Amino acid sequence: MNKQLAINKRLAMKKRWVSPRILLPLVSFSVLLIATFALQERAMSYLGLNLLFNLTVPIALATIGQLLVIMVNDIDLSVGAFVSLVACIAATVLVQHPWLGCLILAALVLAYAVIGALIHKLRLPAIVVTLGMSFIWDGLALLILPAPGGTAPTWLRALMTVKPPLVPMAVAAAVLIGLASHLLIIRSGIGTVLRGLGGNVRSVTRAGWNDTLLFALAYGLAGLFGVLAGLTLVGLYTSAGANVASSYTLLTIAGVILGGGEFVGGKVSPIGAVLGALTLSLAGSLLAFMHLSPDWQIGAQGAVLIAVLAARLLFNRHGASSNAIAQEATA
Amino acid sequence: MSSLISRPWLWAWLASAVVFALSVALSGAGQAGGLLYAALSFGAFAAIVGIGQMLVVTLGPGNIDLSIPAAMTLSGTLALKAMGGEPGTALLGLGVALLVGMGVGGVNFALIRLLRLPPIIATLAASLIYQSLAIWSNRGLRIKPPVALADFATGRSLGIPNVALIAIVLAIVVWVLLERGVWGRWLLATGQNARAARLAGVPVESVRAGAYLSVAVLAAVSGYLLASFSGGAALNMGQQYLLLSIAVVVIGGTSIAGGFSNVPGLWGAALFMFLVVSMLNAYGFDAGARMMLTGVIIIAIVIAANARRSRS
Repeated sequence: MNKQLAINKRLAMKKRWVSPRILLPLVSFSVLLIATFALQERAMSYLGLNLLFNLTVPIALATIGQLLVIMVNDIDLSVGAFVSLVACIAATVLVQHPWLGCLILAALVLAYAVIGALIHKLRLPAIVVTLGMSFIWDGLALLILPAPGGTAPTWLRALMTVKPPLVPMAVAAAVLIGLASHLLIIRSGIGTVLRGLGGNVRSVTRAGWNDTLLFALAYGLAGLFGVLAGLTLVGLYTSAGANVASSYTLLTIAGVILGGGEFVGGKVSPIGAVLGALTLSLAGSLLAFMHLSPDWQIGAQGAVLIAVLAARLLFNRHGASSNAIAQEATA
Repeated sequence: MSSLISRPWLWAWLASAVVFALSVALSGAGQAGGLLYAALSFGAFAAIVGIGQMLVVTLGPGNIDLSIPAAMTLSGTLALKAMGGEPGTALLGLGVALLVGMGVGGVNFALIRLLRLPPIIATLAASLIYQSLAIWSNRGLRIKPPVALADFATGRSLGIPNVALIAIVLAIVVWVLLERGVWGRWLLATGQNARAARLAGVPVESVRAGAYLSVAVLAAVSGYLLASFSGGAALNMGQQYLLLSIAVVVIGGTSIAGGFSNVPGLWGAALFMFLVVSMLNAYGFDAGARMMLTGVIIIAIVIAANARRSRS
């Protein structure tokens, strides 16, 4: 009994006001941001910040979608194709027949939910099913928009070019996405249950939840964030194409992991993921400010990813020691 | 008979045969030879990278190589650059490609082992760097492969495309290695239960290193051949092979959960992936519909394979 008390005390001492999961994404983002400002002080303005970050808004939304899937121990290889498809619909059908467009987008969210339920119910490997889905989304996008083009709905264009006072749209949007997804995934009751799904499905079902419905919900929410990503993308680019977001699949996985998420156990951080997405896009633009060849833009993202994850190894040493205490407790 | 039906490789071959028959039924028997020849040529590249991906997937859950397209592009680019289109440099190019493969595999495994990164994220991050390297060294470059090498890559021996012969030989080597070789048994044991394998004295980390080196070398060889085959390296030449390599592994009957490889099925799946697209093409489907149906077929095969497994 005394031993248990001592263990609890040691665990409590390990708890800090800010969780270590979010600390590293925050530090790496700040370092890159300061470096950017040091190289190009004009970036430190309303206009500069907006230019730096506005293309990140759709990526951040898609990253939250990927996070929802990784949270339940799966992985979504179809994000890029899905966001491209949504963008194609938004730039064509949604302009000509708004109601039909909304209906199709709702059907896509539903399709995501069905896929989630199917993967879980039939115990299919998510990596392969989403791979197959990426072909389907790509094909649909090509059917709707065979060549890049289309126009953004005016309301979307207006939304993405809005100029709020004090902070630029991109920064306000990033904060909003981070906070909203934090409330949904970390603070809300259903979010906690969904994270529990990644931890231990059996204990969630024992507690009386329908696991298939929960998987459908997680995937459905991922689809919803994918739809939002596609809409904001069109609002920014004003046109679309079947390949417009194909790089998102890898970028979103990188963003989730950069943001402190893990592939198993439902251990994710939405705010970290948004920071991860911002960090990756900063890594790209930092090169331009250093007058380095744009050839290395993608490479810089890879290098930052590796550097941050290497730093995480040091952080994990701390994490490992608190894990060891927890293991001692269960033993 | 039941033992034959339960062979996972049978299904990929059966599916290829059906699709082949359907295409020939439409285009006439005269086209059969040409179709088969094309399927063998294009299937060869998918088979080579598929074999590599299969070795890594066999290591167990979470093991996958996302750097295959970047490794292919980098090796194709650097090999062509080294050869500079001069005659008699084919072996030099191959040497460069093999070095690129070893380098890529070594870096990937170092990231996985030393930084303890999940393989998905390690190969993903590293592939971004390889891609940049390829872009940087490929800039404004339009080098043709040496004529003799290009002739070899597009040529045939005994009526079979040379690239297909290479892929078949590689497949047989890996098959024998997996079925009869110690390393292959170690690989399967590691994939089935890494902890048990380690306790049984299997050098698990060396096995993993071997798998990640092999996939990168195979991707590099495939990139070298593809660049010679298509008359030059392009920055997007590897693009479709990431999804393709995973698809042929799974359709070929290799367990995505690891521990079970299937080489014959992989070749069947590689042929199938080409034949299905050419069949849909022959039936007049446009690009969008072709991709959609490919996706539906991949998912249907996964569901069917899964139902079969859970029954047995």
